[in-house]
Amino acid sequence: MTETATMTHSPAASGDALLRIEGLQGWYGESHVLHGVDFEVREGEVVTLLGRNGAGKTSTLLAIMGILSKRKGSVTMRGAETIGMEPRHIAKLGIALCPEERGIFSSLNVEENLMLPPKIAEGGLSVERIYELFPNLLERKRSQGTKLSGGEQQMLAIARILRTGAKLLLLDEPTEGLAPVIVQQIGATIRQLKQEGFTIVLVEQNFRFAASVADRHYVVDQGRVVDMIPNAELDANIDKLHAYLGV
Amino acid sequence: MFELLGIPPQVLMGQLLLGLINGSFYAVLSLGLAVIFGLLNIINFSHGAQYMLGAFVAWMLLEYLGINYWWALILVPVIVGATGVVLEKLALRRLYHLDHLYGLLLTFGVALIIQGLFRNYYGISGLPYSIPSQLSGGQNLGFMFLPNYRGWVVVASVVVCFGTWFVIEKTRLGAYLRAATENPTLVGAFGINVPLMIMLTYGFGVALAGFAGVLAAPIYSVNPNMGADLIIVVFAVVVIGGMGSIMGAIVTGFGLGVIEGLTKVFYPAGSAVVIFVIMAIVLMIKPEGLFGRNN
Repeated sequence: MTETATMTHSPAASGDALLRIEGLQGWYGESHVLHGVDFEVREGEVVTLLGRNGAGKTSTLLAIMGILSKRKGSVTMRGAETIGMEPRHIAKLGIALCPEERGIFSSLNVEENLMLPPKIAEGGLSVERIYELFPNLLERKRSQGTKLSGGEQQMLAIARILRTGAKLLLLDEPTEGLAPVIVQQIGATIRQLKQEGFTIVLVEQNFRFAASVADRHYVVDQGRVVDMIPNAELDANIDKLHAYLGV
Repeated sequence: MFELLGIPPQVLMGQLLLGLINGSFYAVLSLGLAVIFGLLNIINFSHGAQYMLGAFVAWMLLEYLGINYWWALILVPVIVGATGVVLEKLALRRLYHLDHLYGLLLTFGVALIIQGLFRNYYGISGLPYSIPSQLSGGQNLGFMFLPNYRGWVVVASVVVCFGTWFVIEKTRLGAYLRAATENPTLVGAFGINVPLMIMLTYGFGVALAGFAGVLAAPIYSVNPNMGADLIIVVFAVVVIGGMGSIMGAIVTGFGLGVIEGLTKVFYPAGSAVVIFVIMAIVLMIKPEGLFGRNN
């Protein structure tokens, strides 16, 4: 495409881009799901990926984590190219995933689930701080992980990636299927995490929720990023967004 | 002395003890199979051959190098486990993306090769391995005579089984293992080296088979077919307990050994098939096994 444009564009932005994605293509087996995703996330930002079902939002997060069966293009974390790396090495660069299905382990109790991801760097939240943020988890720390309510499981899935020292959190639809009061709680948690210095990429269907937490929104359609809307300009672009999301 | 249904207590106790000893081998072997199946999703058909290998390596260490039973008890699991690690790294690893059946076929083939080689070099008549002097003799318990070595087999098996259970269910390492059994992709995405864990888990499961082989060497004759005869029963035990259930493998192993022993007392003709009859009944009533998770 426009390689020269990208190259002249890069140096200016590279100073503060924590995660930079360029021309990212991805496959599940034979099926080609990402067709050239481009976006970047600056340190300390909360960025959402909005789009319809099947647009490629979840696939983009999985591709960042290296979980897709094949990927091409470029994904750099603090300037380090990860495209040829295994997921476990990508994790060590400080990227952590909270998957859509939450991935709470049924054979582990709440505390074991929380303590499972190994520390990859200094600077994660302490266990005390995590229990302060999510008091329910402390009360139920001996319960089987999957015996928690949906909301508590979501809290646990977020909580366990906070103590590892990972600074870039990939949250895949954390509000899906939860009651409004829990959604509010998760929104408050995300704003809190931003204050604590975490950088967050959030996949969302619910753009009202996205608007309440994010700095910028990338619109994903058919395996590409097709637009970027700063949160401040969301109202002005609301018709355009509705058209993208088909609501 | 009392008699139960016309059976003298010496006979009853004797068979119970025999059952408990068989059960010890069932438990250690099915535990190894369950650990391997849990994480690798592979039915390790070479488990019997690896058990036989354990007995043979113990015999070789003594015969060629003069290394005694107690050292063999430590060295053999390491050696046999290492052969498992090599097998995993060279062959099994390539099959994980395929159907379970391929792992089963590969390990079955490996079992045939190992057994064939040993039959070729050592024949099938069996080699003697004597009970270590510290454990010769026995105790008169009043109602029966307990050979020391047999008591040791039961104690050693119980300790190894519950040690393994403790590590898997109660430690951080075990939590990694349980989590990787459920969702290896996510565990890998947390930065844990899952392929290494899989390799070491297979090695550990095989090492358990090797350990059982050393325990067996002084009481069963060391011969190339010793594993093939036993492993069929052990597979039935694993099916009854539930594939991949650690406690299930242990409890069913000991329990079925005892049931088999009791059957020998009360209905000798049925003792060879009782475990398979139980397996059929369990499969009809609770197909996931007595301790299996329903998913």
